[in-house]
Amino acid sequence: MDFKFTDAQIMLQKVAKEFAETEIAPIAAEVDKLGYFPKESFEKMAKIGFTGIGTPVEFGGSGGNDIDKAIVVTEIAKKCAATAAILSIHTIFAAVVEKFGNEEQKQKYLPKVTSGGCLGAFALTEPNAGSDAASAKTTAILDEDSGEYVLNGTKCFISGGGQAQYLAIFALTDPSKGLKGMSCILVEKGTPGFSIGKIEEKMGIHGSETAELIFDNCRVPKENLIGVEGKGFKIAMSALDGARVGVAAQALGIAEGALEETIKYVHERVQFGKPIGQLQGIQWYIADMATKTECAKWMMYRAAYLKKEGLPYTKEAAMAKLNASENARFVTNLALQIHGGYGYMKDYPLERMYRDAKITEIYEGTSEIHKVVISRAVIG
Amino acid sequence: MKRAKVNQNVNLAEYHDVWIIGEQREGKIHPVTVELIGEGRKLADKIGKKVIAVVAGYDIEEEVKKLLHYGVDKIIYIQHPLLKEFSTDGYAIATSQLILERKPEIVLVGATSIGRDVGPRIAAQIGTGLVADCTSLDIDPEDGKILQTRPAFGGNLMATIICPKNRPQMSTVRPGVMQKASYIENPKGEIEIFEPNLEEKDIRVKLIDKIVADKKAVNLIDAKIIVSGGRGLKGAVGFETVRKLADKLGAEVGASRAAVDSGWIDHVHQVGQTGTTVRPEVYIACGISGAIQHLAGMSESKYIIAINKDPNAPIFKICNYGIVGDLYEVIPAMIEAIDKKIEFDF
Amino acid sequence: MNIIVCVKQVPNTNEVRINQETGTLIRDGVPSIINPDDRNALEEALALKDEHGGKVSVISMGPPQAKEALKEALAMGADEAVLVTDRAFGGSDTWATATILAAAVEKVGGYDLVFCGRQAIDGDTAQVGPEMAEFLDLPQVTYCKEIKVDGEKIIVNRFTETGDYILEVKPPVVFTAIKELNKPRYPSARGIFEVYDGPDQIKVYTLEDLDVDVTQIGLKGSPTNVYKSFVPVRSKNSEIIEGFNNKEKAATLVDKLCDLKLI
Repeated sequence: MDFKFTDAQIMLQKVAKEFAETEIAPIAAEVDKLGYFPKESFEKMAKIGFTGIGTPVEFGGSGGNDIDKAIVVTEIAKKCAATAAILSIHTIFAAVVEKFGNEEQKQKYLPKVTSGGCLGAFALTEPNAGSDAASAKTTAILDEDSGEYVLNGTKCFISGGGQAQYLAIFALTDPSKGLKGMSCILVEKGTPGFSIGKIEEKMGIHGSETAELIFDNCRVPKENLIGVEGKGFKIAMSALDGARVGVAAQALGIAEGALEETIKYVHERVQFGKPIGQLQGIQWYIADMATKTECAKWMMYRAAYLKKEGLPYTKEAAMAKLNASENARFVTNLALQIHGGYGYMKDYPLERMYRDAKITEIYEGTSEIHKVVISRAVIG
Repeated sequence: MKRAKVNQNVNLAEYHDVWIIGEQREGKIHPVTVELIGEGRKLADKIGKKVIAVVAGYDIEEEVKKLLHYGVDKIIYIQHPLLKEFSTDGYAIATSQLILERKPEIVLVGATSIGRDVGPRIAAQIGTGLVADCTSLDIDPEDGKILQTRPAFGGNLMATIICPKNRPQMSTVRPGVMQKASYIENPKGEIEIFEPNLEEKDIRVKLIDKIVADKKAVNLIDAKIIVSGGRGLKGAVGFETVRKLADKLGAEVGASRAAVDSGWIDHVHQVGQTGTTVRPEVYIACGISGAIQHLAGMSESKYIIAINKDPNAPIFKICNYGIVGDLYEVIPAMIEAIDKKIEFDF
Repeated sequence: MNIIVCVKQVPNTNEVRINQETGTLIRDGVPSIINPDDRNALEEALALKDEHGGKVSVISMGPPQAKEALKEALAMGADEAVLVTDRAFGGSDTWATATILAAAVEKVGGYDLVFCGRQAIDGDTAQVGPEMAEFLDLPQVTYCKEIKVDGEKIIVNRFTETGDYILEVKPPVVFTAIKELNKPRYPSARGIFEVYDGPDQIKVYTLEDLDVDVTQIGLKGSPTNVYKSFVPVRSKNSEIIEGFNNKEKAATLVDKLCDLKLI
């Protein structure tokens, strides 16, 4: 048993923390207020190689593993949950190509999304297929004559969908087989027949753009098939397991960030003649927040560890995500409460953290879906 | 070139007098020179030695002579066409030649961007120690050696340094800290011209242009009132509020390192250990917690006013008057109160 | 273009606290960092390498823990790192430090440029760069704000209180960097994994490896010595102005300042 970070991880955390404090924190409130995709922040993350963590160096990546990725996502989420979401979701695309793509696809796409500054996205959800992914309707029918897949349908709530250069689209190549006919097809931005629909207005993570993708006879070469036909759902589920660790890391970061703000505040804020941190009611709140956050941290790192070791981790990832996201809501709620009226004002980051925390209970699988996954694994 | 060495069993008795290395820019004497003379006189009187001012340049004899009015016993004017413009090589070689020939006991240099550039170069050429950026100098009554005190660790610690076995004892002295020498109408001292051995090839760095700072010169050192902002401003816009109060009071705007490092205001406004040392009549610190490196640069101010939300901020321990409150409420209220006073005066 | 950068590992003085009772510095738990100006020096060297090719070597003199600073420099992109360490070097003042570093620079050799930070935040002397330049018999430009390579020549913008000096110099030369010179890059993720997880790449030079005169180094060889050190005492009678609200407090303050004829 070993709960220690390696030397590299300690350094990575230090650098990510400094990066988040210096580059991300100063614009976090503005990004939230104006709701724009922080392109510059993404480019900076590409330059340092945060976008390439988990991808081998030979494909332009930075090396490193899932624990490393979680460290960076957590540190960034402490200052801006939206930027952390962008990074975390982006890396799913690289993970899909790296795990399921062929050599050619890896050589072609990975350097662009790891160090090249291009954004990747992952599109599974449809208006009528949320938790119930099996209801997906988007099709990708192979046109034997031209050697192209023809995509038709609509994807929704796609993070980074409008900004991404490369998108992994899950579509039915054989609609008659349902989920067993689902495949993963790579679509590039600007492909004729592919357009961006509605950009959603959301409660939180305003910097992470959420788009509707519309495919109307969109043709892509059949070489864009990732893996084999019919294995799309398996790829999606595998990617989601990884994504859940990412959301858990993001939720952990939000909670840690809110806790840090609160600790600072209870030292500064004086009521009844003393800093409110000396009041037992506040102390107990903070004890709860810190304890639950510690729990979220180690569950998340354990899931990341199992993934890194190549061991089964579906259950642990689901538990980590469920727990960390509920904790993020719990902690941001108390943090805001402790800040009182100031917490409700936009001068302090608490109300943003509170709004941002909520999404972690919903995306990459709702809490309820995670309970299904967990109970299935536990009960059998 | 033969490299100089230290610890060569020098005969300390051969070294006499307190030298101050004067500084001129564009042919005008830099104010730090007069501060050095003031301090040099204090030291020289304690050991019964003369104060000699050394200034290098070309075609500035009249300007150099003015220093006699500050009570120096003698001026040595190092004159050479190649010294018309400052160059590290030219000034270091010329000054080192003179020091090696005349053997002063103490040499003081202003810790300006010129003094801190050429000072160590001279020390390395002549083979002696150098103490950087001193804020206090004294003579050890036991043995007559100079005690050179300077801040370290960002002002958290003061260290007194000695140079026991080598001569001259050499320091650079922080500008704005020492008392200026007073002006006397009828000076007695003499001026000597020294012509150094200098060739064109000695000067390896060529000056090709000078850009005088174009923004309105920020003069913190001579300001009577300074209104400073720190991390508590929370952003660059905070300096607009600070500036309004400063304009109202005819004051300069200062800043803490935190505010400068955050990019909210230019470095020239920085007060503190790594910025400018100031001693105004009134120093108003807004949203400055009072980190030790900031205090190092302003604690000599006559009156210190602190405005900060955090009642535990260290600045409140050294201020004369403090207000615990949001500076964005306090400053506008002060401006309003000042406006009322002005009305009253009519 | 081959460049040698001298860096110092320093305690982060922003986090240094004083033990009020004993009057000593509390250094426990204070993180060590690459001296900020040295980081600018390193960035400039790396940027020049990016543009013109060549090699960046980093030298640090200090105790074995200074390896941490060198690892960070490697993760930022330096090609080689040398730790200069020996008990005999302990207690060195700027003269002795410059003597040792000059010897280390000579030993690394093959350089066009040598970079230092302007000054270290623990000592704040700004003397090691110029003294080392003198020992190496090289020209120097301190307080560099901008550096441009123009064929054989280098054009440097030197910052001073009264304005900038544009200077021209030919390598080899010693530059000292200030904060305004650039914005240092972060260590890259890839660099971190390679340096911290990979084999130790840091070379070590001790007294035996360097051509130095032992009478010129260490505590004994240093021309200056610390006579005493103390924590500055500051005390003033502080009055916290009370009032019903900030407006009232502000008015009281203005009254007091007027009474004192300060405004």
